[in-house]
This record gives sequence, C-alpha cells and structure tokens, in this order.
Amino acid sequence: MTDLGLILSGLGRKSFRTALLAFAIFIAFLIYTVLGAFRVSLETAGDASSETRLAVSNRINFTEPLPLAYLNRIQQVEGVRDASYSMWFGGFFQEERNFLLAFAVEPDSYTRIYSDLNIPEDQRQAFVNSRDGLLVGRQTAERFGWTLGQQIPISSNIWRRRDGSNTWPVVIRAIYDGSDTQGATAVYINYEYFDEARAFANDTVGNFNVQTVSPDVNDTVIRAIDAQFANSRAETETVTEAAFQAAFIDQQGNLGLIILGVTGAAFSTVLLIVGNAMVGAVRERTGEIAVMKTLGFSSGRIGRIVVGETLLLSFIGGGLGLLIGWVLLTGGREVLGGFSPFFGTLRFSPAVLWPALGFMLVLGGVTGLVPAWNAMRVNVITAFRRI
Amino acid sequence: MSEQALIELTNVAKTYRRGGETLSIFSDLNLTIPAGDFVAVMGPSGSGKTTLLNMLGGLDRPSTGGIMFDGAPIERLSENQLSAWRASNVGFIFQFYNLMPTMSAARNVELPLLLTGLSGRDRRERVRTALEIVGLADRMGHRPKELSGGQQQRVAIARAIVADPKLILADEPTGDLDRVTAQEILEMLQLLNRELGKTIVMVTHDPAAAKYAKRELHLDKGTFEERLT
Repeated sequence: MTDLGLILSGLGRKSFRTALLAFAIFIAFLIYTVLGAFRVSLETAGDASSETRLAVSNRINFTEPLPLAYLNRIQQVEGVRDASYSMWFGGFFQEERNFLLAFAVEPDSYTRIYSDLNIPEDQRQAFVNSRDGLLVGRQTAERFGWTLGQQIPISSNIWRRRDGSNTWPVVIRAIYDGSDTQGATAVYINYEYFDEARAFANDTVGNFNVQTVSPDVNDTVIRAIDAQFANSRAETETVTEAAFQAAFIDQQGNLGLIILGVTGAAFSTVLLIVGNAMVGAVRERTGEIAVMKTLGFSSGRIGRIVVGETLLLSFIGGGLGLLIGWVLLTGGREVLGGFSPFFGTLRFSPAVLWPALGFMLVLGGVTGLVPAWNAMRVNVITAFRRI
Repeated sequence: MSEQALIELTNVAKTYRRGGETLSIFSDLNLTIPAGDFVAVMGPSGSGKTTLLNMLGGLDRPSTGGIMFDGAPIERLSENQLSAWRASNVGFIFQFYNLMPTMSAARNVELPLLLTGLSGRDRRERVRTALEIVGLADRMGHRPKELSGGQQQRVAIARAIVADPKLILADEPTGDLDRVTAQEILEMLQLLNRELGKTIVMVTHDPAAAKYAKRELHLDKGTFEERLT
C-alpha cells in the first residue's frame, strides 16, 4: 500500500457519495467538452480567411442584396487583384432537415480567390465550364454518399424558380477538401444558372469577394470601394474577410459568451458541491485522521492525502467527461452534421483538452484546500475525546 | 537518570485553562519506567491517566517539567519531529480499536510501516509476522466489520508492534471486551512484554486487568502510589 492506497481508501469510504460527486464532475466536463468544441469551431471559423480577401456587403445589413453591376466598378479600384461574388442559397437536399451550407457563386473567379478550397484542377475546370455544376465539400459529399458526375436536386428555402418550384437540378463536378480549420462542408452552384431561373431579385448578389494585391493596401481599397457607392441606393460596407466572419459569428448572439457562461456556471456549481461534500467527508473521518496522526503521519502528509483525494476525484470525473465528450464529438459528428454543417467542423482539439486538464487540476486543488486544512488542524486529544 | 530507564518524568505538571480558570491535572510528577517494564496505571476518573499516557506518547506536552525517552528529551520536539518520533518508537492500542473501516486487517497493520523506508515486500513480510503473532494470519483480508471485537483488538495490537517500537501505550485495551476475550488480550500483552521485551504502559480501570502488569501505579490527586503485582 502507498499513499495512493490511502487516497483510494478515503474515496472508497462512501463509494456511493464518491460516485455521485464523480458524476457531477463528469457532467460539468461533458458540458465543457461539447461546448468547448463549439467555441473552438466558432473562434477558428475565421482562421482560414486570407489577409488579402475583403468582403463587400450592403451597409444596411449583410442579408440585403447588392447590384451585380457593382462588380466592374470594384474591379477598377486600384489595389484590387481579383473580384467575385456570392449569394446565400439557403439550401437543403431532399428534406429541409438535410441542411446545406450553399452559395451561388461565379465559378471561375470565386475558385481563383478561394484557392485554399483545395480543388483538384481538372475538377475545378469541370465546375467552371459547367452551367449546372456543383462544387461540394468532401464532408458533405461523404455525408450524403455523393460522387462526381452524380445528378442531384438541391432546393432552396429562400428562392423560387420562375416555374414555381424551388429545386435546382445540379451535377457534381468537383469535390474540395478544404483546410484543417475550416472543414469542407459548403456547396457552391453556378450563379448564372441560379440567377437565370430565380423568380425575383435577379442580378443582385449577397457579397462581393475581393482579393487585394497586398494586405498593406487593404485600408485604402476598403475606403475606395465604400466611397464609390456612397450616397447610392445600396451603399456598401467593406471589411476584411476575418472581420466579416467575426461579425457573422456575432450575429449568432455572442455564442462564445453564452458558452463561457454555461460552462462557468457548471464548474462553479461543481466546485461548491464537491467542496462542501469533501468538507463533510473529512469531518466524518476526524477519528481516523486522529489515529493516523497518532501513528506518526504528519499534518502535511495528511493534508496531501486529502488533496490527493479531491484531485483523483476531479481527474476521474473530468477524464470520463472528456472521454464521453470525445466519443460524442467524433462518433456523433456525422449524425449531428445532418442538422447543420457547422457540427461537421466540431473537433475534440488540444484547445479543448489542455484547458480541461488545467480545470481538473484547479477543481481538485481548490475543493481539497479547505478539507485538507481542516484535516491538518485535527487535534488528536480533542478528536479522541469525541470518539 | 537511571541507566536502564526508558522513560523518565521529572517534575512534570499539567494545567489546562478553561473559561478563564486554570485547572491543575497534576503537578511535580516524577516517574521512571525502565525498559522492559509493564506498568498498569490506575486511578479514578479525572485523575489524569489518559493525559499522562498522551504525554508519554508525545500527543500532549507537559506545562512544566521534562520527559526523557531513551535518554533524549521529547517535550521540546516540534509537531513534525514528534510525529516521526512516534512512528519509530511508540505503538498505540485504543479501547475502541480505532481501525480504518475501509481497509483490510493487513492494510491496517501496514499503516505504521508507510512511515518507514521499507520496501513493499518487506512491509508485507512484517505485516504477516505481526498478524501471526496475534493469531490472525488467516484473517489478513478481512475488514474490521468482519471481525469480532477481540479480533479487532488483536489487529490493533499487530498494528502497534509491526514497526517494532520500544514502547507500547494501551488506553483501556480491554474496556470494550468481554472477560474471556479481555483475558486473551492481556495474556497477549504479557507475551509481548515477556518474549519481545516491549515496554508497556497500560491505563485501566479494571483491577483484574492491572494484575497482568508487573507493577501498578495509582494516580490520584496528582501523585503516584506504587504497588507491585
């Protein structure tokens, strides 16, 4: 037997209580793991943005359209290397629950600007040269079992066709792999094919996607583009792509803060529950602690054993929370991806793991401090009088 | 100090403060216990028997006076020094056994050995020997609640001797046992004293138990009266 044996013996004294405490910690860390993966996905959503990419949207709101005619004037701005455009499609496959992160884009310029989509060149050419072509992220293609050359219907819950339907038949021409941080979940259809069939808002786009010659000219280009369209019916607001994505994420109601709040509340509750229970557990063992002191165990060693108990409890519960969280995030990603492609980007990453280990250490240490202090202060003579 | 003395108390006084009042348990107490002695300390309730035992075991300090153990003073040792001193020199036996309820008999006996530098193998060997001495080698894996009162006290005795201390302090070791079991425990203490040379100081109310000691000390009104048994 070692001190670990004494720690296990202490935890095993009331195994049901220990199991309940471990369960409370498990729940807190499960919440942390899943919500932490959300937070990391949200925070890294803008990481793939290029420093030379700008997004031009309507000044009123990025959901308001802009005239396609702006493209030529944007291309003329000094410092602009390339320009393209995109429109939110609001798509789904067969049923609305099969949500698609879909955009209508100008294939050639868009895939030039977004070369980091990692599209095989022959497939990119096939997409560019095909009116009804579809560019699909690999995760989405795998989710639905799509293959190159396959014809599929994609529908929109925003747009209607002139014939009254809301479905565009497309042929999968290219599959992109994306990057590690961005994932590969979006789908892109040809804007021209989309626009000629839609019943309203023709010749308008959601955003212009601009590539500058250098990040150094970004500010100048931003001011120049917005100046071009000042006092027009559709004024623009140009920002860097990273800022645009951050603003988009902020539209979700500051999810980061909500996640932090929920996780913080879970940890605070567990801290109080475990701390209080351990104070009671040590009080129950006053006699046993007095015996250990009588046998020659120093106060410091007894304190370390008590902190060891709370640390072990924290790491058992927390470790289980991480493990089940990992299972949910990896094994269940495909299932969750059916609700939203965003879920497909959820990962159990080191950005979740390392802080979790730190939290376990802090939780175990903090909840052990008061009971350890109480155990160290046990007076042998007083304790034996009470037995 | 006598050459063979294991413990020597010189002018020991113990007072407590309670509610602004100073209570004297005893004053000017002098006692010599030679190595290999078996002393029964008797006396009425409140006479200071347990206080004396606590001071001999380094759990309490005299208000004045000195306590020498094996030629070295212990009354000025720090808490940590006293813990280390107890671990290597004193074995304790309590009235209510005070075993760890979640540990097996073997693990209870092993506890004092965790404070030594012995290897796991040496510790297991010593635990087996100690439990064999008290006749419980076949109950090593049993938890306290699976043992009778007498068996629990025997495990406590094994725990007290496993680290081979010079001194064993027993506080009413038979107070919670029936007469037959109490007799077995007292015979065991006698055996430890006679065969292993352990110095034993036993506090008891029971005159029949005190007969097993080599001598009886009656503590009353702060002084000793000695009777040979």
